[in-house]
Amino acid sequence: MKVRQGYFDEMFDDGSAVRAPYRAYQDWFEREDPSWLLLKADDAEHSFRRKGITFNVYGDEDTTERLIPFDVVPRVLAAHEWRQLEKGIEQRVVAINAFLYDIYHRQEIIRAGRIPESLFIDNAAFLPQMVGVDPPGNVYTHIVGIDLVRTGESSFAVLEDNARTPSGVSYMLENRETMLHMFPELFSDIRVQPIEDYPMRLRDALVRCQPASSTGQPVVAVLTPGIFNSAYFEHAFLAEQMGAELVQGDDLRVIDGRVTMRTTQGDLPIDVLYRRVDDDFIDPLNFDPDSLLGVPGLFDVYRAGNVTLANAPGTGIADDKAIYSYMPDIIEFYTGEKPILDNVRTWRCGEPDSLAYVLDHLDELVVKEVHGSGGYGMLIGPAASTGEREEFAAKLRATPEAYIAQPTLALSSVPILTQSGLAPRHVDLRPFVLVSPDGVNITPGGLTRVALRENSLVVNSSQGGGTKDTWVLED
Amino acid sequence: MLGRTAGGLYWMFRYLERSENTARLVETGLRISLTKSSDKVDDWSSILDTAAAKELYLEHHASVDDDKVIDFLLRDRSNPSSVLSVIEAARMSARQVRTALTREVWEATNDCWMRLHDVLRQPVSRQRLPDVLAAIRQESALVRGALHGTMLRNDIYNFCRLGTFIERADNTARILDVKYYVLLPSPLLIGTQVDNVQWETLLRALSAQRAYHWQHRGPADAQSIAEFLVLDPRMPRSLAFCYRKIAANLGYLGYDYGDKPRSHEIAIRLHHSVAARNISEIFGEGLHEFLLARVADTRELGEQIEADYRFTR
Repeated sequence: MKVRQGYFDEMFDDGSAVRAPYRAYQDWFEREDPSWLLLKADDAEHSFRRKGITFNVYGDEDTTERLIPFDVVPRVLAAHEWRQLEKGIEQRVVAINAFLYDIYHRQEIIRAGRIPESLFIDNAAFLPQMVGVDPPGNVYTHIVGIDLVRTGESSFAVLEDNARTPSGVSYMLENRETMLHMFPELFSDIRVQPIEDYPMRLRDALVRCQPASSTGQPVVAVLTPGIFNSAYFEHAFLAEQMGAELVQGDDLRVIDGRVTMRTTQGDLPIDVLYRRVDDDFIDPLNFDPDSLLGVPGLFDVYRAGNVTLANAPGTGIADDKAIYSYMPDIIEFYTGEKPILDNVRTWRCGEPDSLAYVLDHLDELVVKEVHGSGGYGMLIGPAASTGEREEFAAKLRATPEAYIAQPTLALSSVPILTQSGLAPRHVDLRPFVLVSPDGVNITPGGLTRVALRENSLVVNSSQGGGTKDTWVLED
Repeated sequence: MLGRTAGGLYWMFRYLERSENTARLVETGLRISLTKSSDKVDDWSSILDTAAAKELYLEHHASVDDDKVIDFLLRDRSNPSSVLSVIEAARMSARQVRTALTREVWEATNDCWMRLHDVLRQPVSRQRLPDVLAAIRQESALVRGALHGTMLRNDIYNFCRLGTFIERADNTARILDVKYYVLLPSPLLIGTQVDNVQWETLLRALSAQRAYHWQHRGPADAQSIAEFLVLDPRMPRSLAFCYRKIAANLGYLGYDYGDKPRSHEIAIRLHHSVAARNISEIFGEGLHEFLLARVADTRELGEQIEADYRFTR
């Protein structure tokens, strides 16, 4: 396979020698008939469609359900590589929770002058309603997804933290199921760390944060916006796997200070609500009054300590792009340690020196709106035209504090199977992290997203991205 | 169980039952128009009546034309009871209640939707029609098989079955009511060609032709046909069968939940309206009136089940 110059390939580091974690897989691969593997890949697609593992595309009337393409070549990490990542992720997630507690209580980090107060003023991700609220078990982010990129043999960096309602874990689990089903012999030859207990661990993490008012086995439910939501499959999947109810806003009502769901036999109180609905839409009385999805009074029950919401409202302040660039400071402040995982270098355009640098190097940088999401209001310098860059430069000069800039990253590649054999494609990695009062639990591996188009660095499923099974080898 | 989930299961199985009933009607119409020298327009018009779709059809089409009727009943999205519409609705309900279904039932429903969506994508030519109708029958049978083979016999199962039998009872009562006059003893028509055709339509539309002849050797007659379709508890589409099943499924729910809300009384009343009765008695009170009352009762029962088990807020 020919690797791409200037990029690190995780299977063939210099285009010929196979890196150690991939050796056993490569031996197996060499023995297989490529046309049989391609046939298997078709089977996989058919099986995903049958199971209904699809995501919805907004505003696409003809085929409202699409598959995320799955590639049959796994992404492999050695045990020692993973241990290093695990340490870094745990450190980061501990710091995120400490930061959230502090920012909604005494705000020591601002008093200490480590991050400017101005970041929180007029920041919609900061919820004044959460000030002084103690979430059950003091856990804010029960579920976190940390987006990692790799640029070399031992260089990993965090591109983004997802502390609100990270998605994708159902694909991680189904990808493994599919691989086990298609290639059972691979898993008897190669020892891969298991991931299938994730739903039970998730349930456990949620149950351990049950509100003080509930005794005995708590009632757990997953709150979904409904079947037209793009991640509905995942909501149903997790509810089913955890043995929890899958509820929508109109199933819920606040009665006598408890959140209850309408059952065939009456109104049953819920103790823990894993909500896959954004803060704005959980309670029209306390947040967005126009929301039809929410439950009037839900937040009052939460404040009174009679229901657990996972994740807690207001966690978005920890994954805000304006905060991201301060993560190294945040980690040091709360853990007293140097960050184990790097941040991607980030220029805050509100600072004059940074702005000058960014304006000078627009053709090589990615510029993002601080409060934007989903790729809107973003400039990818190397791909933009001169006109687009000039237009963006004007916006930058007008409101520099609304932007950050980062270098265009040389994402590592992992081979995918194509009609003409293995070919390198760029990947990222989203490990899933569970937090409970007992500690942090990280599922080995995570979701590998892969840009299926040759030379593309965009791994998003909405833009031609696919996924791979991710293996962490046993020692 | 969530009330919304109970409602989703109930409607999922009403829709699946309806897809099969509609396909059977089209099959009946086709069979008659192929084998009899009767008036084609009249036959298809009566098929539309039986499907309770004539009014809507005439809003879209100026005249009753066999190909148009077939298309309307199988594929037309403006017809909420077309096979395509109800299969989509059934699958949407199934997604909604995904967590209450076994993987087998979900996959059978999803397969059913994928296959029928595919075969009904283009207008169905006459050559393709028998295969398409067979596919509809087969797919709903596969879902039913998965239900019986893999689901726990708990409240989830009972709501699925209630949907099936409410829909089926409604379908049987309506079909009988559209055709009730052919079952009335009339000295003018007995034994004529017209009679035989009409009886056959009726029996075919309820998948009862073979079964009827097994039970009744010798020439068919109106009274025994009516008795078979209304009162015979062995015939799985008869009113007696459906009402007995509904009462039984509600009974299990009552036992499970330790509560018998109002729908149980209506179900018992319906059960008694057909159990231990004979057909001449019903002819005596008026077959048409009897059937009208059953259509109304079935609707009332369906609505009461929705209210008792809190399907909606």
